[in-house]
Amino acid sequence: MSATTPETRERGFLDHVIYVLSENPITAIAFALFATIVLVAVFGPILAPYDPMESNAARALQPPSADHWFGTDNLGRDVFSRVLIATRLDLMISVAAVALSFVVGAAIGSAAGYWGGWIDAVTGRFVDTIMAFPLFVLAMGIVAAMGNTVENIIYATAIINLPFYARVARAEVRIRRNAGFAQAARLSGNTDIQVLAFHIFPNALPPMMVQISLNMGWAILNAAGLSFIGLGVRPPTAEWGIMVAEGANFVVSGEWWLAFFPGLALMTAVFAFNLLGDGLRDIFDPRQRT
Amino acid sequence: MFLDVQDLSVSFSTRRGTVDAVRGVSFSLAKGETLGIVGESGSGKSVSSYAVMRILERSGRIAGGRITFDGIDLTAMSDREMRELRGREISMVFQNPRAALNPIRKVGHQIEDVLRRHNRATRSTAKAKAIEALRAVRIADPEARYDAYPFELSGGMCQRVVIAIALACDPRLLIADEPTTGLDVTTQKVVMDLLAELTKSRGMSSILITHDLGLAAEYCDKIVVMKDGAVVEAGDPKALFADPRHAYTRRLIRATPRPGAEVGDLLEPPAPSPVRPVPGAPLLQVRNLRKVFGRGASESVAVDGISFVIREGETLGLVGESGCGKSTTSAMIMRLLDPTGGEILLDGRPLTDTPAAKFSRDPRRGSLQMVFQDATDSINPRFTARQAIADPIRRLTDERPAGRVEELAAQVGLPLTLLDRFPHQLSGGQKARVGIARALASRPRLLILDEPTAALDVSIQAIVLNLLAELRAKLGVSYLFVSHDLHVVRLLCDRVIVMREGRVVEEGTAEAVMRAPSDPYTRSLLDATPMPPAAIAATPALAKAAE
Repeated sequence: MSATTPETRERGFLDHVIYVLSENPITAIAFALFATIVLVAVFGPILAPYDPMESNAARALQPPSADHWFGTDNLGRDVFSRVLIATRLDLMISVAAVALSFVVGAAIGSAAGYWGGWIDAVTGRFVDTIMAFPLFVLAMGIVAAMGNTVENIIYATAIINLPFYARVARAEVRIRRNAGFAQAARLSGNTDIQVLAFHIFPNALPPMMVQISLNMGWAILNAAGLSFIGLGVRPPTAEWGIMVAEGANFVVSGEWWLAFFPGLALMTAVFAFNLLGDGLRDIFDPRQRT
Repeated sequence: MFLDVQDLSVSFSTRRGTVDAVRGVSFSLAKGETLGIVGESGSGKSVSSYAVMRILERSGRIAGGRITFDGIDLTAMSDREMRELRGREISMVFQNPRAALNPIRKVGHQIEDVLRRHNRATRSTAKAKAIEALRAVRIADPEARYDAYPFELSGGMCQRVVIAIALACDPRLLIADEPTTGLDVTTQKVVMDLLAELTKSRGMSSILITHDLGLAAEYCDKIVVMKDGAVVEAGDPKALFADPRHAYTRRLIRATPRPGAEVGDLLEPPAPSPVRPVPGAPLLQVRNLRKVFGRGASESVAVDGISFVIREGETLGLVGESGCGKSTTSAMIMRLLDPTGGEILLDGRPLTDTPAAKFSRDPRRGSLQMVFQDATDSINPRFTARQAIADPIRRLTDERPAGRVEELAAQVGLPLTLLDRFPHQLSGGQKARVGIARALASRPRLLILDEPTAALDVSIQAIVLNLLAELRAKLGVSYLFVSHDLHVVRLLCDRVIVMREGRVVEEGTAEAVMRAPSDPYTRSLLDATPMPPAAIAATPALAKAAE
């Protein structure tokens, strides 16, 4: 328990991040993977050696080589370029979906956990209703009914993820509802909303961070899954799910690279997000900082 | 010697390097003896005993020294051999009995576990032996209690079950780590008497780890006093308390609330006690206050028609054991809870005309504030001390937090350099000061002190009590001091009311209630509080009673 004077506080946070990363190499790997994914999403179009849409029948179905690192597909498009370009779309869908379900889920869950009573009963049943469906089938249904657009994939993914946030938020808020610091906040003149928003909710964040990171991976998989079965992004857009779906037809005839590389990208992303959770919790929990 | 600890050192590796928690501690224990290890938090008293049990957490290790138990060197034993020894030869009673018991298993099964682990029972005999163990710790109707879950039992009962588990295999050494902290004084006495009797009748040796000098003096054959990982003084309790050699021991004895001492006398060196303000006009009137929880069959009356008055500048003590309704009462006065019936008047105007849920916007919110029992739990873990103190200033006053926070910190003696720390970076006493500063921020007229020192070491308690007395003299604020300990309450209070099962059983000036309690319950509360011999010797009336 050593001193943390004001001027060293910012530095303290940085030290803490470095400590968490060095203490747990897996977290460091996850952060490195995550950073790579974000960089690729941002700079993908600049990094891509070829136009992802440009077909060239003469170069169709070439195996990986120095020119085409991941080979070419049945229309002669460069698989490497398409995998890079697709990162932005997949990441955008999952970030937007997770952000949406986090905001709505946390609001619903916090209210239910804080006030209980009929709010808890109503939101609880609503969340149970969502959970009662096989989630992927529900997402399929939503996209099929609302139409095949990127926004609708985001809404569908957000809706099926919502129960997880609502439940975590409810549980975390509920155990702190009558904690000493919440009572003290009421005595300090905070209204119920203020107690919830400024005192209780920030303390519920660390476990929700874990949920966010696990969910990100799941959301990417979900978006790709929808595209894979033809209910998501439409060809010829570069997207990992479609690329796997299209490439799957060629695996039997030996052209494995069409499906393998987008699949690998998908797997890496899911893997990185899942590993990120613990590290995020350690970083955002002030009590982990000594 | 039965247990001989020589030059024991324990160190923990943390991210800021190695911390030496125990430095060269030696003590020994003969067969049938009870050793008391006394010290404040961080003194290394628990760590030393964990080292004997070899149950240090992973970052800790025995850095040096020898622990000889009945001729065997415990530091040289393998983990497997140690597992055999724990429970069978040496066992332990922990501080929080509820945490020590598995919440989802029947207590009888938990006793069976240890019996069968050490081959003291087979499947067919285990149940009978477990019931026998429950009977040994005087649990009424042990056959029925065998099937109870920990949550169905009171704290005192849970601690008896823990003792039953510890003693199930007839160990030869029992280590009790703060076995009664968190229990009511009357329960504490029952549990300690039981422990003393059981260890004596079985010829066991025991180590009692405690922060309570009175408890150690009453139940131990010899005492070691620890501070900062080292033994500062050891010896026979009578001699040690009559003539403490080390300055730290003297300070501890001095800081223990005792009959006849004023609040300033607890400090080393003794300070003059701050003047008590003369009570003025009635500030808060409570009339026939009632609170009923639940409805129908599950209805339970927490507060059953109590009435009292607090005057301007006066301090009223509200004393009782857990479940007596004192916390419910303070929550209702603080307007965190709506009463079922009765009136609460501030300056003659009813507080209850604003419901509790809306009271945070009531102009009288700032007049009523509270210092919470557990300073750790009552400060937002994500707020720095500055933010915690600034919160009520921003919400309840027109003042700017900048400047006012520093003023409050200076008032409660919190070093300004600590203002930007998070609660977990502050010590217990520092957190208590933050809690007091926050409560004073809105310039309250009535402050409820809800066991403000219950979680603090005695020397810190002495300082905090003096701080509260000083603030009262300076600010003229009224206190409602809620506590289970009459000896602490007396130091600050003009008048005392004693509550039991939701009712007031006794009311009067602090001195009168202490000297001649009219209710038998008050008497039993006073009797159950263990006192160090020096304190008894200092008070002729008590010395006579002790003989």
